[in-house]
Amino acid sequence: MRPEFDHDESVPHTHPEPGVDPHAPLPAAARALRVGIGGPVGSGKTALVAALCRAFADELRLGVVTNDIYTTEDADFLKRAGVLDPARIRAVETGCCPHTAIRDDIGANLDAIDELIEALGPLDLVLVESGGDNLTATFSRGLVDRQIFVVDVAGGDKVPRKGGPGVTAADLLVINKTDLASMVGADLSVMDRDARARRGDLPTVFQSITEDPLATRVAGWIRHELAHHRSATAHADHPVPAGQA
Amino acid sequence: MATPTMLLLLADGRFPAGAHAHSAGLEAAVAAGRVRDLATLGEYLRGRLATAGLVAAAFAAASCRAASGSPGPSAVDGHRPAELTHLGVARRAALARLDAELDARTASPAQRTVSRRQGRALRRAGREIWPQATFDDLPATSDGPHQPLVLGLVGVAAGLEPGQVATVAAYATVTGSASAAVRLLGLDPYQVQALLVRLAGDCDAVAARAARAAEQPPERLPAAAAPLADIHAEAHVTWEVRLFAS
Repeated sequence: MRPEFDHDESVPHTHPEPGVDPHAPLPAAARALRVGIGGPVGSGKTALVAALCRAFADELRLGVVTNDIYTTEDADFLKRAGVLDPARIRAVETGCCPHTAIRDDIGANLDAIDELIEALGPLDLVLVESGGDNLTATFSRGLVDRQIFVVDVAGGDKVPRKGGPGVTAADLLVINKTDLASMVGADLSVMDRDARARRGDLPTVFQSITEDPLATRVAGWIRHELAHHRSATAHADHPVPAGQA
Repeated sequence: MATPTMLLLLADGRFPAGAHAHSAGLEAAVAAGRVRDLATLGEYLRGRLATAGLVAAAFAAASCRAASGSPGPSAVDGHRPAELTHLGVARRAALARLDAELDARTASPAQRTVSRRQGRALRRAGREIWPQATFDDLPATSDGPHQPLVLGLVGVAAGLEPGQVATVAAYATVTGSASAAVRLLGLDPYQVQALLVRLAGDCDAVAARAARAAEQPPERLPAAAAPLADIHAEAHVTWEVRLFAS
């Protein structure tokens, strides 16, 4: 799919040969940056994944692993949006234990990532979407390099104050559906204050996919983390610790 | 000889080999209305133990036997004396034969896939936990080795006897489905645990029978099966929404 901006044909430029992968080959040691996306049911994880697929479609070799109860509607959601080839998505069943599959017993998710790479070749970015869970869910560092925790204003503006490992320790906290704040009586300044108190220097993004279908700030954060990941992989003796990017 | 703690670690449902995602046919049996309550769960678990449980335990014990007369210590040193190489070859051949025999005993393609997927998960855990163990002797099938074979090798790595490996396999057969029943049906966890306590003797008996059977050649190992479980497994993979991987 094409990026949604004006393409100025008066400026001299070239197009990549169709059928030729325009991406530079990764160095042998590089592996995909794995980003976990967690958060409560209905907070907008799948919509964020769709927005990121849209944002990175022409930029990165992308794979998605979903742990949510994955229906053909979910697949159609991504397909209809024209954002991701179904071959780039793997679904993992979690036996009613979504937190176990991303935290305590991560083999099925690691297998799914391996399968994507076997089928598609090297990837730049793998998004691992957790099943909708509660505020205590968190990703294992054995599964992902960075994690994003998604809450939404409609879940109540007290959520950041309640804390939990997702809110306090995720590398990025996304407070989603800000366009609904006035309708549900959520005070964004309270959420901002509480998030800062909980998270110290860790970043928080307020976002509305309705108003920003490319999730610009989250995509920008991932680009930044990817650059760090690549330089850390290139200098494997000095990996960048999570959260210090 | 394994320490008691080692045996407990391997049998623990929290051992990270993906067991939490599998109901071993229970999700389909619940949907079909065959398992509804504690009594029907008890019947289901007895059936599983006598069929899939016996077969899995026998193959796990046989894999443990095939692998334990192995050049293990030399592999730790990173080289194998030439006189031991033929042992490695024999071991690979024995494991390949067990893999084929277990394939033949697993009529449902869906269940074959599940067993190999679980085998891959257990092998991943085994390689991480016992880096010196030789999981490379398992058959190099693209979709993974059958789970009971990997369990046998994990047992060797942990110092378990074949009989102990059979106990772990039989135990996992009943506890996995029982835990899934608590989650799916909201059964009283104390009552389910009491049911497992009542089944403990059956579990031990199946493990002992499996360990004896494992002394025989692969083609003589138990082949107990349940056609309805096979049919349920085939239906289950076609569901649009599944909570469990099996």
